[in-house]
Amino acid sequence: MVGMAAGIELRGMCKSFRAGGRTVEAVCDLDVAVAPGETVALLGPNGAGKSTTIEMLLGLLPPDRGSVSVFGRPPARAIAEGAVGAMLQTGGLISDLTVRELLTMFASLYPRPLPLAEVLELTGTERLASRLTQQLSGGETQRVRFALALVANPELLVLDEPTVAMDVEARREFWQAMRALAASGKTILFATHYLEEADAYADRALLLARGRLVADGPTSEIKAMVGGRTIRATLPGVPAEALGRLEGVTRAERRGEAIVLVCTDSDAAIRALLATFPAARDIEIRGAGLEEAFLRLTAAADEREAIAA
Amino acid sequence: MTGFVFTRYELLRTIRNRRFLVFSLAFPLLLYVLVAGPSRQVHDLRHTGVSAPLYFMVGLAAFGAMNAVLAVGARIAAERSIGWNRQLRLTPLSPRTYFRAKVVTGYLMALATIAALFVVGASLGVRMPALRWPELTVMLLVGLLPFAALGILLGHLLTADSVGPAVGGTTALFALLGGVWFPVGADGVLHAVAVALPSYWLVQAGRVGVGGHGWSAAGWLVVAAWAVALAVAARVGYRRDSRRG
Repeated sequence: MVGMAAGIELRGMCKSFRAGGRTVEAVCDLDVAVAPGETVALLGPNGAGKSTTIEMLLGLLPPDRGSVSVFGRPPARAIAEGAVGAMLQTGGLISDLTVRELLTMFASLYPRPLPLAEVLELTGTERLASRLTQQLSGGETQRVRFALALVANPELLVLDEPTVAMDVEARREFWQAMRALAASGKTILFATHYLEEADAYADRALLLARGRLVADGPTSEIKAMVGGRTIRATLPGVPAEALGRLEGVTRAERRGEAIVLVCTDSDAAIRALLATFPAARDIEIRGAGLEEAFLRLTAAADEREAIAA
Repeated sequence: MTGFVFTRYELLRTIRNRRFLVFSLAFPLLLYVLVAGPSRQVHDLRHTGVSAPLYFMVGLAAFGAMNAVLAVGARIAAERSIGWNRQLRLTPLSPRTYFRAKVVTGYLMALATIAALFVVGASLGVRMPALRWPELTVMLLVGLLPFAALGILLGHLLTADSVGPAVGGTTALFALLGGVWFPVGADGVLHAVAVALPSYWLVQAGRVGVGGHGWSAAGWLVVAAWAVALAVAARVGYRRDSRRG
């Protein structure tokens, strides 16, 4: 297609909101270029600025500074040409239409829609086709919302935390469809806080923390950036702060009864842990996965911010 | 073509929704039979020169039709509350096509209400020259313009929870002051208020049924002024809402 060579470009994008009398920078100085055909994960914890970034990318929210271009055009143009399919983080379906009617209505808005049968098959919604939208479960609604994003037969697919409300089966089918779409050359950008999803399905991950890009590269490269290991153990009743002060530990997190220690020196850390808290059990030491890389890079961003302040 | 399919499904959704059937169709029909049925022999209702069946037929057609076009606002508010307007903004659908579909749907519903009341009215003895029926219909549809704009305004101003009572209350107030339930006196404060309301002129459209000549210049002016003012307000409301993202 003409002009599709450009991909997505975000240049110096900033957005702040006023909340409770003070200004919060939701996204700051974001510079990203995505090539056509890439599958990119936008990764970060809640409040990192993923949704704000996506809303600016789609033209729903004007950036305070900086620019957005989608296939060399302003987002509104790309959308008007039917080049974009999107699934926002929240949103329901209008009632009193069957799934088939809703998808037909949506398809009529696009210049080159995907045949309905194909959309139904790809998204596993055939058996829902004659149901009214208000009779769908949360997971089924998510599937139909995914179908709405695909109806356009878009060059660019943007999905904001698409699998959040899906059950295991729906999730599996969803990623299967995503693989097929990626293989057919679509450009895909999805936000997620499931680190495994980014690891398994993206060519590349953009890590956002507090509105800033803290890492951008192939998921394999992001893992390599962080050579450390992680210790997991069951240890109730000890505050994370105390664990964070142990030798060789850069960051400690509590997850219920379990603790996760991100380490620069796991040998020193495990000795210190057992010496200080002999009650620790079910101990596991692992090489860095994307999750650990993520914790580490986020911690680094927090430190930089602390120094700046 | 785009707009046609979109409008068709919009219409289908509205017909499937029971609320329309109850408030815009069944309710005014029932009230009409209750109010005009017992007074079908009254040929000059309170010195208006209009028979009771004709007066209330037009009054309740106006009432039901107002409800039908204001219900557009309820649907817009409901769509906004679930983020559907944002989903639509991610499609090539233009705001113009969107609003056209909404207004056309509201108007077709209003037309259905008007037609139903005409049928029941004729069965209660309302008679007028054949061409007066379409003339009356056109005047009612023109008189609805301010309410169509008001519906769009309320739809962007209010939440899904508050829009229902707001639409019901607005219809009831405009209906009462405009003379749907009883004719407005020829002078006094109530009369002065009534003649400045578009709902009064909706009800007055019934005069064409007794050989009247439609609205006076004042009537056209009131309807036009309300329509323009509310259309501008609706546009501002829409813009403000879509800037919020």
